Amino acid sequence: MSIVKNLITPAATVIAVFILLLFLVNKESHSADPNQFNRLMAPPSKRNPPPTEDGIHDGPGASMLQTPKSAFGTLPKSKSGNYIDWVKALDEKKIQPRYDRNDPEVQPIVMDLNIVHEVKGSMPNVVYPHKQHTEWLDCSNCHPAIFVPQKGANNITMASILLGEKCGVCHGKVAFPVSECRRCHSQKKKQSAGAKAAAK
Amino acid sequence: MKKYDENVVLAIVLLLSMVLVAVDLLTTRDAHAEYGDVVINKYSEAAGMRPVVFPHWFHRVRFRCKVCHADLGFKFEAGGNEINMLKIIDGEYCGACHDGDLAWSVENCDLCHSGAPGTPTQVHESTLQKLVAPTGGKATE
Ligand code: HEC
Ligand code: HEC
Ligand code: HEC
Ligand code: HEC
Ligand code: HEC
Ligand code: HEC
Repeated sequence: MSIVKNLITPAATVIAVFILLLFLVNKESHSADPNQFNRLMAPPSKRNPPPTEDGIHDGPGASMLQTPKSAFGTLPKSKSGNYIDWVKALDEKKIQPRYDRNDPEVQPIVMDLNIVHEVKGSMPNVVYPHKQHTEWLDCSNCHPAIFVPQKGANNITMASILLGEKCGVCHGKVAFPVSECRRCHSQKKKQSAGAKAAAK
Repeated sequence: MKKYDENVVLAIVLLLSMVLVAVDLLTTRDAHAEYGDVVINKYSEAAGMRPVVFPHWFHRVRFRCKVCHADLGFKFEAGGNEINMLKIIDGEYCGACHDGDLAWSVENCDLCHSGAPGTPTQVHESTLQKLVAPTGGKATE
Protein backbone atom coordinates (compact mmCIF):
# COMPACT_ATOMS: atom_id res chain seq x y z
CA MET A 1 0.00 0.00 0.00
CA SER A 2 2.70 2.47 1.06
CA ILE A 3 4.80 1.58 -2.02
CA VAL A 4 1.92 2.52 -4.29
CA LYS A 5 1.46 5.76 -2.36
CA ASN A 6 5.15 6.54 -2.62
CA LEU A 7 4.99 6.10 -6.39
CA ILE A 8 1.77 8.02 -6.92
CA THR A 9 2.92 11.19 -5.19
CA PRO A 10 6.02 11.86 -7.36
CA ALA A 11 4.18 10.76 -10.51
CA ALA A 12 1.35 13.15 -9.74
CA THR A 13 3.83 15.93 -8.99
CA VAL A 14 5.47 15.43 -12.36
CA ILE A 15 2.07 15.53 -14.09
CA ALA A 16 1.04 18.68 -12.21
CA VAL A 17 4.28 20.47 -13.11
CA PHE A 18 3.91 19.32 -16.72
CA ILE A 19 0.36 20.70 -16.98
CA LEU A 20 1.48 24.01 -15.45
CA LEU A 21 4.35 24.24 -17.93
CA LEU A 22 1.99 23.47 -20.82
CA PHE A 23 -0.26 26.27 -19.62
CA LEU A 24 2.62 28.74 -19.43
CA VAL A 25 4.04 27.80 -22.84
CA ASN A 26 0.55 28.02 -24.33
CA LYS A 27 0.00 31.49 -22.81
CA GLU A 28 3.37 32.56 -24.13
CA SER A 29 2.56 31.38 -27.66
CA HIS A 30 -0.50 33.57 -28.02
CA SER A 31 0.86 36.74 -26.58
CA ALA A 32 4.57 37.05 -27.19
CA ASP A 33 5.13 37.06 -30.96
CA PRO A 34 5.97 40.69 -31.85
CA ASN A 35 5.70 39.92 -35.58
CA GLN A 36 2.18 38.54 -35.38
CA PHE A 37 -0.12 39.46 -38.29
CA ASN A 38 -3.92 39.32 -38.14
CA ARG A 39 -3.99 40.14 -34.44
CA LEU A 40 -7.36 41.88 -34.69
CA MET A 41 -8.52 40.34 -37.96
CA ALA A 42 -9.47 36.86 -39.08
CA PRO A 43 -6.76 35.51 -41.40
CA PRO A 44 -7.84 34.38 -44.90
CA SER A 45 -7.61 30.73 -43.85
CA LYS A 46 -10.41 31.31 -41.34
CA ARG A 47 -12.89 32.85 -43.81
CA ASN A 48 -16.09 30.95 -44.61
CA PRO A 49 -15.37 28.40 -41.85
CA PRO A 50 -17.19 25.06 -41.85
CA PRO A 51 -19.92 24.88 -39.14
CA THR A 52 -17.88 22.39 -37.11
CA GLU A 53 -15.04 24.91 -36.70
CA ASP A 54 -16.86 28.25 -36.46
CA GLY A 55 -17.14 28.39 -32.66
CA ILE A 56 -20.95 28.72 -32.60
CA HIS A 57 -21.98 25.20 -33.65
CA ASP A 58 -21.96 22.04 -31.57
CA GLY A 59 -23.66 18.67 -31.34
CA PRO A 60 -24.64 15.94 -33.79
CA GLY A 61 -26.35 18.29 -36.28
CA ALA A 62 -23.30 20.47 -36.91
CA SER A 63 -21.42 17.94 -39.04
CA MET A 64 -24.48 17.40 -41.28
CA LEU A 65 -24.72 21.06 -42.31
CA GLN A 66 -23.38 22.30 -45.62
CA THR A 67 -20.06 24.16 -45.51
CA PRO A 68 -20.19 27.65 -47.08
CA LYS A 69 -17.11 26.93 -49.20
CA SER A 70 -18.73 23.91 -50.85
CA ALA A 71 -21.65 26.10 -51.95
CA PHE A 72 -19.74 29.27 -52.89
CA GLY A 73 -17.35 27.69 -55.39
CA THR A 74 -18.64 29.25 -58.61
CA LEU A 75 -20.14 32.46 -57.19
CA PRO A 76 -18.51 35.87 -57.90
CA LYS A 77 -16.30 36.96 -55.01
CA SER A 78 -16.21 40.13 -52.89
CA LYS A 79 -13.83 41.46 -50.27
CA SER A 80 -15.80 40.97 -47.07
CA GLY A 81 -18.94 39.56 -45.46
CA ASN A 82 -19.70 36.21 -47.05
CA TYR A 83 -16.90 37.06 -49.55
CA ILE A 84 -19.60 36.74 -52.23
CA ASP A 85 -20.90 39.55 -54.46
CA TRP A 86 -24.59 38.74 -54.15
CA VAL A 87 -25.61 41.44 -56.65
CA LYS A 88 -23.44 39.91 -59.36
CA ALA A 89 -24.40 36.37 -58.39
CA LEU A 90 -28.02 37.30 -59.01
CA ASP A 91 -27.35 39.29 -62.22
CA GLU A 92 -25.33 36.45 -63.69
CA LYS A 93 -28.09 34.02 -62.68
CA LYS A 94 -25.58 31.95 -60.67
CA ILE A 95 -28.28 31.83 -58.01
CA GLN A 96 -32.04 31.94 -58.53
CA PRO A 97 -33.57 32.65 -55.15
CA ARG A 98 -37.34 32.44 -55.13
CA TYR A 99 -39.44 35.59 -54.77
CA ASP A 100 -42.41 33.43 -53.78
CA ARG A 101 -41.97 30.68 -51.23
CA ASN A 102 -43.67 27.98 -53.31
CA ASP A 103 -43.72 29.21 -56.91
CA PRO A 104 -40.28 29.43 -58.57
CA GLU A 105 -41.78 31.29 -61.56
CA VAL A 106 -42.90 34.47 -59.75
CA GLN A 107 -40.72 37.45 -60.77
CA PRO A 108 -39.79 40.32 -58.44
CA ILE A 109 -41.32 43.79 -58.93
CA VAL A 110 -38.15 45.75 -59.61
CA MET A 111 -38.10 49.56 -59.44
CA ASP A 112 -35.23 51.43 -61.07
CA LEU A 113 -34.90 54.71 -59.16
CA ASN A 114 -31.61 56.09 -57.90
CA ILE A 115 -31.49 58.55 -55.03
CA VAL A 116 -28.27 60.54 -54.81
CA HIS A 117 -27.13 61.91 -51.48
CA GLU A 118 -24.45 64.55 -51.61
CA VAL A 119 -21.87 64.00 -48.92
CA LYS A 120 -20.02 66.78 -47.12
CA GLY A 121 -16.24 66.44 -47.17
CA SER A 122 -13.97 64.34 -49.35
CA MET A 123 -15.98 61.12 -49.73
CA PRO A 124 -17.79 60.50 -53.03
CA ASN A 125 -21.57 60.97 -53.05
CA VAL A 126 -23.85 58.12 -52.07
CA VAL A 127 -26.05 56.61 -54.76
CA TYR A 128 -28.91 54.63 -53.27
CA PRO A 129 -30.21 52.27 -56.00
CA HIS A 130 -33.79 50.98 -55.70
CA LYS A 131 -33.06 48.42 -58.43
CA GLN A 132 -30.66 46.14 -56.55
CA HIS A 133 -32.80 46.44 -53.41
CA THR A 134 -36.15 45.63 -54.96
CA GLU A 135 -34.57 42.52 -56.53
CA TRP A 136 -34.37 41.14 -53.00
CA LEU A 137 -36.77 43.14 -50.88
CA ASP A 138 -40.35 44.40 -50.71
CA CYS A 139 -41.11 48.15 -50.43
CA SER A 140 -42.61 47.40 -47.00
CA ASN A 141 -39.26 46.13 -45.74
CA CYS A 142 -37.98 49.73 -45.77
CA HIS A 143 -40.97 52.06 -46.10
CA PRO A 144 -41.98 53.59 -43.78
CA ALA A 145 -40.32 51.90 -40.79
CA ILE A 146 -36.67 52.46 -41.78
CA PHE A 147 -37.01 55.29 -44.36
CA VAL A 148 -39.75 57.83 -45.06
CA PRO A 149 -40.19 57.54 -48.85
CA GLN A 150 -39.11 61.07 -49.65
CA LYS A 151 -35.75 62.21 -50.87
CA GLY A 152 -33.71 63.86 -48.10
CA ALA A 153 -36.37 63.31 -45.42
CA ASN A 154 -34.20 60.88 -43.51
CA ASN A 155 -31.28 62.03 -41.44
CA ILE A 156 -28.77 59.38 -42.50
CA THR A 157 -25.21 59.58 -41.15
CA MET A 158 -22.26 57.23 -41.16
CA ALA A 159 -22.42 57.04 -37.36
CA SER A 160 -26.00 55.74 -37.41
CA ILE A 161 -25.09 53.20 -40.12
CA LEU A 162 -22.21 51.88 -38.01
CA LEU A 163 -24.61 51.53 -35.07
CA GLY A 164 -26.92 49.34 -37.13
CA GLU A 165 -29.56 51.94 -38.02
CA LYS A 166 -30.79 53.20 -41.45
CA CYS A 167 -28.70 51.47 -44.15
CA GLY A 168 -26.95 49.65 -41.26
CA VAL A 169 -30.10 47.66 -40.48
CA CYS A 170 -28.96 45.34 -43.28
CA HIS A 171 -25.47 46.47 -44.29
CA GLY A 172 -23.02 45.12 -41.73
CA LYS A 173 -25.32 42.26 -40.76
CA VAL A 174 -26.57 40.36 -43.82
CA ALA A 175 -26.08 42.60 -46.90
CA PHE A 176 -22.49 43.61 -47.80
CA PRO A 177 -20.58 45.12 -44.84
CA VAL A 178 -19.86 48.79 -44.19
CA SER A 179 -16.17 48.24 -45.00
CA GLU A 180 -16.98 48.27 -48.73
CA CYS A 181 -17.24 52.08 -48.81
CA ARG A 182 -17.17 52.53 -52.57
CA ARG A 183 -20.19 50.40 -53.28
CA CYS A 184 -22.32 53.12 -51.59
CA HIS A 185 -20.03 56.11 -52.11
CA SER A 186 -19.98 55.53 -55.86
CA GLN A 187 -20.56 58.95 -57.49
CA LYS A 188 -17.58 61.20 -58.12
CA LYS A 189 -18.25 64.70 -56.86
CA LYS A 190 -18.69 67.53 -59.30
CA GLN A 191 -15.98 70.10 -58.81
CA SER A 192 -17.33 72.42 -56.14
CA ALA A 193 -17.91 76.12 -56.90
CA GLY A 194 -15.09 77.07 -54.56
CA ALA A 195 -12.58 74.76 -56.23
CA LYS A 196 -13.57 76.05 -59.68
CA ALA A 197 -13.10 79.65 -58.58
CA ALA A 198 -9.69 78.80 -57.13
CA ALA A 199 -8.65 77.11 -60.39
CA LYS A 200 -9.34 80.24 -62.49
CA MET B 1 5.55 17.79 7.21
CA LYS B 2 2.89 15.16 7.59
CA LYS B 3 2.01 12.88 4.69
CA TYR B 4 -1.57 14.06 4.15
CA ASP B 5 -0.50 17.69 3.99
CA GLU B 6 1.62 16.90 0.96
CA ASN B 7 -1.31 15.19 -0.71
CA VAL B 8 -3.60 18.11 -0.04
CA VAL B 9 -1.05 20.55 -1.48
CA LEU B 10 -0.62 18.29 -4.49
CA ALA B 11 -4.35 17.95 -5.04
CA ILE B 12 -4.71 21.73 -4.94
CA VAL B 13 -1.85 22.26 -7.39
CA LEU B 14 -3.32 19.65 -9.75
CA LEU B 15 -6.80 21.11 -9.54
CA LEU B 16 -5.56 24.65 -10.01
CA SER B 17 -3.54 23.81 -13.10
CA MET B 18 -6.47 21.94 -14.60
CA VAL B 19 -8.78 24.89 -13.96
CA LEU B 20 -6.24 27.28 -15.47
CA VAL B 21 -5.85 25.16 -18.58
CA ALA B 22 -9.63 24.74 -18.91
CA VAL B 23 -10.27 28.47 -18.54
CA ASP B 24 -7.50 29.21 -21.02
CA LEU B 25 -8.84 26.78 -23.60
CA LEU B 26 -12.39 28.09 -23.27
CA THR B 27 -11.62 31.80 -23.37
CA THR B 28 -9.33 31.61 -26.39
CA ARG B 29 -11.93 29.76 -28.45
CA ASP B 30 -13.09 32.74 -30.53
CA ALA B 31 -16.18 32.48 -32.63
CA HIS B 32 -15.56 33.48 -36.22
CA ALA B 33 -18.83 32.33 -37.71
CA GLU B 34 -20.06 32.80 -41.25
CA TYR B 35 -21.30 36.36 -41.90
CA GLY B 36 -25.01 36.67 -41.12
CA ASP B 37 -25.41 33.47 -39.08
CA VAL B 38 -28.06 34.20 -36.42
CA VAL B 39 -28.05 32.39 -33.09
CA ILE B 40 -31.52 32.33 -31.52
CA ASN B 41 -31.46 31.43 -27.86
CA LYS B 42 -34.39 33.11 -26.14
CA TYR B 43 -36.03 29.90 -25.01
CA SER B 44 -33.95 26.97 -26.27
CA GLU B 45 -31.34 26.53 -23.56
CA ALA B 46 -33.76 27.39 -20.78
CA ALA B 47 -35.83 24.47 -22.11
CA GLY B 48 -32.82 22.13 -22.27
CA MET B 49 -32.15 22.33 -26.01
CA ARG B 50 -29.05 23.65 -27.79
CA PRO B 51 -29.48 27.19 -29.20
CA VAL B 52 -30.79 27.50 -32.78
CA VAL B 53 -28.42 28.59 -35.56
CA PHE B 54 -30.02 30.15 -38.64
CA PRO B 55 -27.68 30.48 -41.66
CA HIS B 56 -28.63 33.48 -43.86
CA TRP B 57 -26.21 32.56 -46.66
CA PHE B 58 -27.80 29.13 -47.13
CA HIS B 59 -31.34 30.49 -47.26
CA ARG B 60 -30.64 33.57 -49.44
CA VAL B 61 -29.25 31.32 -52.17
CA ARG B 62 -32.75 29.81 -52.32
CA PHE B 63 -35.09 32.65 -51.28
CA ARG B 64 -35.15 36.46 -51.52
CA CYS B 65 -35.25 38.37 -48.24
CA LYS B 66 -38.85 39.35 -49.07
CA VAL B 67 -40.12 35.78 -48.63
CA CYS B 68 -39.16 35.68 -44.95
CA HIS B 69 -39.08 39.34 -43.98
CA ALA B 70 -42.30 40.44 -45.74
CA ASP B 71 -44.44 37.35 -46.49
CA LEU B 72 -43.62 35.38 -43.33
CA GLY B 73 -43.23 38.41 -41.06
CA PHE B 74 -39.74 37.81 -39.61
CA LYS B 75 -38.67 41.16 -38.09
CA PHE B 76 -35.13 42.43 -38.81
CA GLU B 77 -33.89 41.71 -35.29
CA ALA B 78 -32.11 38.70 -33.84
CA GLY B 79 -34.43 37.47 -31.10
CA GLY B 80 -37.08 39.97 -32.17
CA ASN B 81 -39.58 37.29 -33.09
CA GLU B 82 -41.43 35.19 -30.55
CA ILE B 83 -40.65 31.83 -32.16
CA ASN B 84 -41.48 28.56 -30.43
CA MET B 85 -42.11 24.95 -31.44
CA LEU B 86 -45.90 25.17 -31.26
CA LYS B 87 -45.91 28.01 -33.81
CA ILE B 88 -43.43 26.08 -35.97
CA ILE B 89 -45.54 22.91 -36.13
CA ASP B 90 -48.56 25.12 -36.90
CA GLY B 91 -46.77 26.41 -39.99
CA GLU B 92 -45.52 29.79 -38.75
CA TYR B 93 -41.92 31.10 -38.99
CA CYS B 94 -39.48 28.26 -39.82
CA GLY B 95 -42.50 25.95 -39.99
CA ALA B 96 -43.79 27.67 -43.13
CA CYS B 97 -41.07 25.83 -45.03
CA HIS B 98 -39.76 23.13 -42.71
CA ASP B 99 -42.92 21.09 -43.15
CA GLY B 100 -41.60 17.91 -44.76
CA ASP B 101 -42.69 19.25 -48.15
CA LEU B 102 -40.69 22.33 -49.14
CA ALA B 103 -37.87 21.50 -46.69
CA TRP B 104 -37.19 18.74 -44.19
CA SER B 105 -39.52 18.66 -41.23
CA VAL B 106 -39.25 19.50 -37.52
CA GLU B 107 -38.26 16.04 -36.29
CA ASN B 108 -34.69 16.88 -37.32
CA CYS B 109 -34.15 18.75 -34.06
CA ASP B 110 -30.35 18.67 -34.26
CA LEU B 111 -30.15 20.46 -37.62
CA CYS B 112 -31.72 23.64 -36.19
CA HIS B 113 -30.68 23.21 -32.55
CA SER B 114 -27.00 23.02 -33.50
CA GLY B 115 -25.64 25.94 -31.44
CA ALA B 116 -22.78 25.70 -28.97
CA PRO B 117 -24.18 25.79 -25.42
CA GLY B 118 -23.97 29.26 -23.87
CA THR B 119 -24.05 31.17 -27.17
CA PRO B 120 -26.35 34.18 -26.74
CA THR B 121 -28.91 35.47 -29.25
CA GLN B 122 -27.09 37.59 -31.86
CA VAL B 123 -26.24 37.99 -35.52
CA HIS B 124 -22.63 37.01 -36.13
CA GLU B 125 -19.83 39.07 -37.71
CA SER B 126 -21.95 42.26 -37.58
CA THR B 127 -20.32 45.71 -37.60
CA LEU B 128 -21.17 46.17 -33.94
CA GLN B 129 -19.91 42.76 -32.88
CA LYS B 130 -16.63 43.39 -34.65
CA LEU B 131 -16.24 46.94 -33.34
CA VAL B 132 -16.81 45.86 -29.77
CA ALA B 133 -14.76 42.65 -29.97
CA PRO B 134 -12.58 42.85 -33.09
CA THR B 135 -11.90 39.10 -33.33
CA GLY B 136 -15.62 38.30 -33.18
CA GLY B 137 -17.78 37.26 -30.24
CA LYS B 138 -16.61 34.63 -27.82
CA ALA B 139 -18.07 31.18 -28.06
CA THR B 140 -18.36 31.21 -24.30
CA GLU B 141 -18.96 34.23 -22.17
C1 HEC C 1 -38.75 30.27 -46.90
C2 HEC C 1 -38.58 28.92 -46.47
C3 HEC C 1 -37.75 28.63 -45.25
C4 HEC C 1 -37.86 29.18 -43.99
C5 HEC C 1 -38.84 30.22 -43.51
C6 HEC C 1 -36.84 28.55 -43.18
N1 HEC C 1 -36.12 27.64 -43.92
FE1 HEC C 1 -34.52 26.57 -43.31
N2 HEC C 1 -34.38 25.71 -45.12
C7 HEC C 1 -35.24 25.91 -46.19
C8 HEC C 1 -34.87 25.05 -47.29
C9 HEC C 1 -35.58 24.94 -48.63
C10 HEC C 1 -33.76 24.30 -46.86
C11 HEC C 1 -33.02 23.23 -47.64
C12 HEC C 1 -33.71 21.91 -47.41
C13 HEC C 1 -33.05 20.79 -48.15
O1 HEC C 1 -31.83 20.64 -48.05
O2 HEC C 1 -33.78 20.05 -48.80
C14 HEC C 1 -33.47 24.75 -45.49
C15 HEC C 1 -32.43 24.28 -44.73
C16 HEC C 1 -32.15 24.68 -43.44
C17 HEC C 1 -31.01 24.25 -42.66
C18 HEC C 1 -29.93 23.30 -43.11
C19 HEC C 1 -28.86 24.00 -43.88
C20 HEC C 1 -27.86 23.00 -44.40
O3 HEC C 1 -26.66 23.25 -44.16
O4 HEC C 1 -28.24 22.03 -45.04
C21 HEC C 1 -31.13 24.82 -41.41
C22 HEC C 1 -30.19 24.67 -40.25
C23 HEC C 1 -32.33 25.60 -41.42
N3 HEC C 1 -32.92 25.53 -42.67
C24 HEC C 1 -32.81 26.30 -40.33
C25 HEC C 1 -33.92 27.12 -40.36
C26 HEC C 1 -34.43 27.84 -39.20
C27 HEC C 1 -33.85 27.76 -37.81
C28 HEC C 1 -35.51 28.54 -39.63
C29 HEC C 1 -36.40 29.49 -38.82
C30 HEC C 1 -35.74 30.47 -37.99
C31 HEC C 1 -35.67 28.28 -41.05
N4 HEC C 1 -34.69 27.41 -41.45
C32 HEC C 1 -36.64 28.84 -41.85
C33 HEC C 1 -36.28 26.82 -46.21
C34 HEC C 1 -36.67 27.63 -45.18
C1 HEC D 1 -33.76 48.84 -48.93
C2 HEC D 1 -34.70 49.84 -48.59
C3 HEC D 1 -35.73 50.32 -49.61
C4 HEC D 1 -36.63 49.58 -50.32
C5 HEC D 1 -36.82 48.07 -50.33
C6 HEC D 1 -37.43 50.51 -51.08
N1 HEC D 1 -37.00 51.79 -50.84
FE1 HEC D 1 -37.85 53.51 -51.56
N2 HEC D 1 -36.38 54.62 -50.65
C7 HEC D 1 -35.35 54.10 -49.89
C8 HEC D 1 -34.45 55.17 -49.53
C9 HEC D 1 -33.17 55.03 -48.70
C10 HEC D 1 -34.97 56.36 -50.12
C11 HEC D 1 -34.35 57.76 -50.02
C12 HEC D 1 -34.82 58.46 -48.80
C13 HEC D 1 -34.05 59.71 -48.52
O1 HEC D 1 -33.53 60.32 -49.45
O2 HEC D 1 -33.98 60.10 -47.34
C14 HEC D 1 -36.19 55.97 -50.81
C15 HEC D 1 -37.04 56.86 -51.48
C16 HEC D 1 -38.21 56.50 -52.07
C17 HEC D 1 -39.15 57.43 -52.67
C18 HEC D 1 -39.01 58.94 -52.71
C19 HEC D 1 -38.34 59.39 -53.98
C20 HEC D 1 -38.19 60.88 -54.07
O3 HEC D 1 -37.66 61.31 -55.09
O4 HEC D 1 -38.55 61.60 -53.13
C21 HEC D 1 -40.19 56.70 -53.15
C22 HEC D 1 -41.43 57.21 -53.86
C23 HEC D 1 -39.90 55.30 -52.89
N3 HEC D 1 -38.71 55.21 -52.22
C24 HEC D 1 -40.71 54.24 -53.25
C25 HEC D 1 -40.38 52.91 -53.09
C26 HEC D 1 -41.15 51.80 -53.65
C27 HEC D 1 -42.43 51.95 -54.46
C28 HEC D 1 -40.51 50.66 -53.30
C29 HEC D 1 -40.86 49.23 -53.67
C30 HEC D 1 -40.98 48.95 -55.07
C31 HEC D 1 -39.34 51.05 -52.50
N4 HEC D 1 -39.29 52.42 -52.41
C32 HEC D 1 -38.46 50.15 -51.92
C33 HEC D 1 -35.20 52.78 -49.47
C34 HEC D 1 -35.96 51.71 -49.95
C1 HEC E 1 -33.62 46.14 -45.71
C2 HEC E 1 -32.24 45.88 -45.95
C3 HEC E 1 -31.38 46.96 -46.62
C4 HEC E 1 -31.31 48.29 -46.30
C5 HEC E 1 -32.05 49.03 -45.20
C6 HEC E 1 -30.36 48.87 -47.21
N1 HEC E 1 -29.86 47.92 -48.05
FE1 HEC E 1 -28.51 48.20 -49.57
N2 HEC E 1 -28.69 46.24 -50.08
C7 HEC E 1 -29.41 45.30 -49.40
C8 HEC E 1 -29.25 44.01 -50.06
C9 HEC E 1 -29.86 42.70 -49.61
C10 HEC E 1 -28.42 44.23 -51.17
C11 HEC E 1 -27.92 43.17 -52.16
C12 HEC E 1 -26.43 42.96 -52.02
C13 HEC E 1 -25.98 42.25 -50.77
O1 HEC E 1 -26.75 41.58 -50.09
O2 HEC E 1 -24.76 42.36 -50.44
C14 HEC E 1 -28.10 45.65 -51.17
C15 HEC E 1 -27.32 46.27 -52.14
C16 HEC E 1 -26.96 47.61 -52.11
C17 HEC E 1 -26.21 48.28 -53.15
C18 HEC E 1 -25.79 47.67 -54.47
C19 HEC E 1 -24.35 47.37 -54.54
C20 HEC E 1 -23.95 46.86 -55.89
O3 HEC E 1 -22.90 46.22 -55.95
O4 HEC E 1 -24.67 47.10 -56.88
C21 HEC E 1 -26.00 49.56 -52.71
C22 HEC E 1 -25.25 50.67 -53.44
C23 HEC E 1 -26.65 49.70 -51.43
N3 HEC E 1 -27.22 48.50 -51.09
C24 HEC E 1 -26.69 50.86 -50.68
C25 HEC E 1 -27.55 51.08 -49.63
C26 HEC E 1 -27.72 52.37 -48.97
C27 HEC E 1 -26.96 53.63 -49.31
C28 HEC E 1 -28.66 52.19 -48.02
C29 HEC E 1 -29.24 53.23 -47.07
C30 HEC E 1 -29.75 54.44 -47.67
C31 HEC E 1 -29.07 50.80 -48.06
N4 HEC E 1 -28.37 50.15 -49.04
C32 HEC E 1 -30.01 50.21 -47.22
C33 HEC E 1 -30.20 45.49 -48.29
C34 HEC E 1 -30.45 46.72 -47.70
C1 HEC F 1 -24.38 51.01 -46.96
C2 HEC F 1 -23.92 52.18 -47.64
C3 HEC F 1 -22.67 52.91 -47.11
C4 HEC F 1 -21.42 52.37 -46.92
C5 HEC F 1 -20.97 50.94 -47.12
C6 HEC F 1 -20.58 53.46 -46.47
N1 HEC F 1 -21.31 54.62 -46.40
FE1 HEC F 1 -20.61 56.46 -45.79
N2 HEC F 1 -22.49 57.22 -45.98
C7 HEC F 1 -23.60 56.53 -46.43
C8 HEC F 1 -24.75 57.41 -46.37
C9 HEC F 1 -26.17 57.05 -46.79
C10 HEC F 1 -24.29 58.64 -45.86
C11 HEC F 1 -25.12 59.90 -45.58
C12 HEC F 1 -25.27 60.75 -46.79
C13 HEC F 1 -26.14 61.94 -46.47
O1 HEC F 1 -25.61 62.90 -45.92
O2 HEC F 1 -27.33 61.88 -46.73
C14 HEC F 1 -22.85 58.50 -45.64
C15 HEC F 1 -22.03 59.52 -45.15
C16 HEC F 1 -20.66 59.43 -45.03
C17 HEC F 1 -19.76 60.51 -44.65
C18 HEC F 1 -20.18 61.93 -44.35
C19 HEC F 1 -20.33 62.18 -42.89
C20 HEC F 1 -21.55 61.57 -42.31
O3 HEC F 1 -21.44 60.85 -41.30
O4 HEC F 1 -22.63 61.78 -42.85
C21 HEC F 1 -18.52 59.99 -44.61
C22 HEC F 1 -17.23 60.73 -44.27
C23 HEC F 1 -18.60 58.58 -44.97
N3 HEC F 1 -19.91 58.28 -45.21
C24 HEC F 1 -17.52 57.72 -45.02
C25 HEC F 1 -17.62 56.37 -45.28
C26 HEC F 1 -16.49 55.44 -45.23
C27 HEC F 1 -15.07 55.83 -44.91
C28 HEC F 1 -16.99 54.21 -45.54
C29 HEC F 1 -16.26 52.88 -45.56
C30 HEC F 1 -15.66 52.46 -44.31
C31 HEC F 1 -18.40 54.36 -45.79
N4 HEC F 1 -18.75 55.67 -45.62
C32 HEC F 1 -19.24 53.31 -46.14
C33 HEC F 1 -23.64 55.22 -46.86
C34 HEC F 1 -22.59 54.32 -46.79
C1 HEC G 1 -36.70 24.32 -38.42
C2 HEC G 1 -35.90 24.55 -37.27
C3 HEC G 1 -36.25 23.82 -35.97
C4 HEC G 1 -36.38 22.47 -35.77
C5 HEC G 1 -36.25 21.37 -36.81
C6 HEC G 1 -36.67 22.29 -34.36
N1 HEC G 1 -36.68 23.50 -33.74
FE1 HEC G 1 -37.03 23.80 -31.75
N2 HEC G 1 -36.91 25.81 -32.05
C7 HEC G 1 -36.63 26.44 -33.25
C8 HEC G 1 -36.59 27.87 -33.03
C9 HEC G 1 -36.26 28.92 -34.09
C10 HEC G 1 -36.88 28.07 -31.66
C11 HEC G 1 -36.91 29.41 -30.90
C12 HEC G 1 -35.50 29.52 -30.33
C13 HEC G 1 -35.32 30.40 -29.14
O1 HEC G 1 -35.88 31.49 -29.10
O2 HEC G 1 -34.56 29.99 -28.23
C14 HEC G 1 -37.08 26.77 -31.08
C15 HEC G 1 -37.39 26.53 -29.73
C16 HEC G 1 -37.48 25.31 -29.14
C17 HEC G 1 -37.75 25.09 -27.73
C18 HEC G 1 -38.04 26.18 -26.69
C19 HEC G 1 -39.35 26.88 -26.99
C20 HEC G 1 -40.54 25.94 -26.92
O3 HEC G 1 -41.27 25.87 -27.92
O4 HEC G 1 -40.72 25.27 -25.91
C21 HEC G 1 -37.74 23.74 -27.53
C22 HEC G 1 -37.97 23.01 -26.22
C23 HEC G 1 -37.46 23.11 -28.80
N3 HEC G 1 -37.30 24.09 -29.75
C24 HEC G 1 -37.38 21.76 -29.00
C25 HEC G 1 -37.27 21.16 -30.24
C26 HEC G 1 -37.32 19.73 -30.47
C27 HEC G 1 -37.46 18.67 -29.39
C28 HEC G 1 -37.19 19.54 -31.81
C29 HEC G 1 -37.25 18.22 -32.58
C30 HEC G 1 -38.46 17.45 -32.40
C31 HEC G 1 -37.04 20.83 -32.42
N4 HEC G 1 -37.10 21.79 -31.44
C32 HEC G 1 -36.87 21.04 -33.77
C33 HEC G 1 -36.38 25.83 -34.45
C34 HEC G 1 -36.43 24.46 -34.69
C1 HEC H 1 -35.47 31.83 -44.89
C2 HEC H 1 -35.82 33.03 -44.22
C3 HEC H 1 -34.94 34.25 -44.33
C4 HEC H 1 -34.45 34.86 -45.47
C5 HEC H 1 -34.61 34.40 -46.91
C6 HEC H 1 -33.75 36.03 -45.03
N1 HEC H 1 -33.82 36.13 -43.67
FE1 HEC H 1 -33.08 37.64 -42.54
N2 HEC H 1 -33.67 36.70 -40.84
C7 HEC H 1 -34.31 35.48 -40.81
C8 HEC H 1 -34.41 35.03 -39.44
C9 HEC H 1 -35.02 33.72 -38.97
C10 HEC H 1 -33.81 36.03 -38.64
C11 HEC H 1 -33.65 36.04 -37.10
C12 HEC H 1 -34.92 36.48 -36.48
C13 HEC H 1 -34.99 36.21 -34.99
O1 HEC H 1 -33.94 35.98 -34.38
O2 HEC H 1 -36.09 36.23 -34.43
C14 HEC H 1 -33.37 37.08 -39.56
C15 HEC H 1 -32.78 38.27 -39.15
C16 HEC H 1 -32.36 39.26 -40.03
C17 HEC H 1 -31.82 40.53 -39.63
C18 HEC H 1 -31.64 41.02 -38.20
C19 HEC H 1 -30.21 40.90 -37.74
C20 HEC H 1 -30.04 41.67 -36.45
O3 HEC H 1 -30.13 41.11 -35.38
O4 HEC H 1 -29.86 42.88 -36.54
C21 HEC H 1 -31.52 41.22 -40.79
C22 HEC H 1 -30.94 42.60 -40.92
C23 HEC H 1 -31.87 40.35 -41.90
N3 HEC H 1 -32.39 39.18 -41.40
C24 HEC H 1 -31.72 40.71 -43.22
C25 HEC H 1 -31.97 39.87 -44.29
C26 HEC H 1 -31.67 40.20 -45.66
C27 HEC H 1 -31.07 41.50 -46.13
C28 HEC H 1 -32.05 39.13 -46.39
C29 HEC H 1 -31.91 38.94 -47.89
C30 HEC H 1 -30.61 39.07 -48.44
C31 HEC H 1 -32.59 38.13 -45.49
N4 HEC H 1 -32.52 38.61 -44.22
C32 HEC H 1 -33.11 36.91 -45.88
C33 HEC H 1 -34.81 34.78 -41.89
C34 HEC H 1 -34.54 35.07 -43.21
